[in-house]
Amino acid sequence: MDVKTGFFYVFSLVLLFAAFRVITARNPVHAVLYLMLSFSQASAIWLLLKAEFLAITLVLVYLGAVMVLFLFVVMMLDIKIDSLKQSFWKHFPLGATLGAIVVLEMSAVLLSGFKVSESPKALLVLGQAQELSNTKELGKLLYTQYVYPIQVAAVILLVAMIAAIALTLRERKDSKAIDASLQVRVKAADRLQVLSMEPTRAAPPPSTAPESAPASATPEVKS
Amino acid sequence: MTLTLGHFLTLGAMLFAVAVVGIFLNRKNLIVLLMAVELMLLAVNMNFVAFSHYLGDMHGQVFVFFILTVAAAESAIGLAILVLLFRNKSNINVDELQTLKG
Repeated sequence: MDVKTGFFYVFSLVLLFAAFRVITARNPVHAVLYLMLSFSQASAIWLLLKAEFLAITLVLVYLGAVMVLFLFVVMMLDIKIDSLKQSFWKHFPLGATLGAIVVLEMSAVLLSGFKVSESPKALLVLGQAQELSNTKELGKLLYTQYVYPIQVAAVILLVAMIAAIALTLRERKDSKAIDASLQVRVKAADRLQVLSMEPTRAAPPPSTAPESAPASATPEVKS
Repeated sequence: MTLTLGHFLTLGAMLFAVAVVGIFLNRKNLIVLLMAVELMLLAVNMNFVAFSHYLGDMHGQVFVFFILTVAAAESAIGLAILVLLFRNKSNINVDELQTLKG
């Protein structure tokens, strides 16, 4: 049992414990923090697998951005935990049975079926035999063979950003913001209206209140 | 005793099973459901990276890259929907999401 195997077991145990605490923590803030721990352990395991770029990406993107987003949302919402935890353990026997079945069957198949031992094959990509760094090889693949998928991925991120903004954008009731299109479409006659008035006139009866045009900025006087 | 591909695949399977049990347990708390989905995606990514390393094929890591992209978009939109839901209903109980029920 070499050092790498020992590290694998340590990281795996911490990862599974953190994942278990994610699903059983009473406080959602604790759940998010344990999820951060589990992602960091997964990143360490990916480092054991020599996927350095993806491991660092997992730390930067997931721990740095997505988990902080989760944490923001959890802390922003005033969640009543007690009502959510009422029938918590009611479905535990069924869930545990299903999980145990999944683990036993998959481990029985996987542990016996994939005896690919530790043979670090040279990554033969693009017909090159020399050993490159992980990031360089990934970049070569991403920007040659996968150049259109990576642009689709960029569009997906853009759609997600616009959707998130459009979903949560809320106009204030007391906002004095001006509708820009109305302001552009206004004509000179809407802004200023020259009236020819008599020098003297009788006071209007009080029932007819002066009405104003919706787009005019100046209050007009009815002649 | 050296590490084989089966070790990593079994770890992914256990992680996936933990996430499935989490969905069973937290049937009311929407935010923990989102976290369980993130754990499932992590388990799938673990399998991809393990296969990529042991089979000497770089394309698996490219797939993990795209899965990370889609997972980030999914969690962003999911959290936006969650905020909208909390604003309208003042809780995130999944059982009360029956407005569309006829």
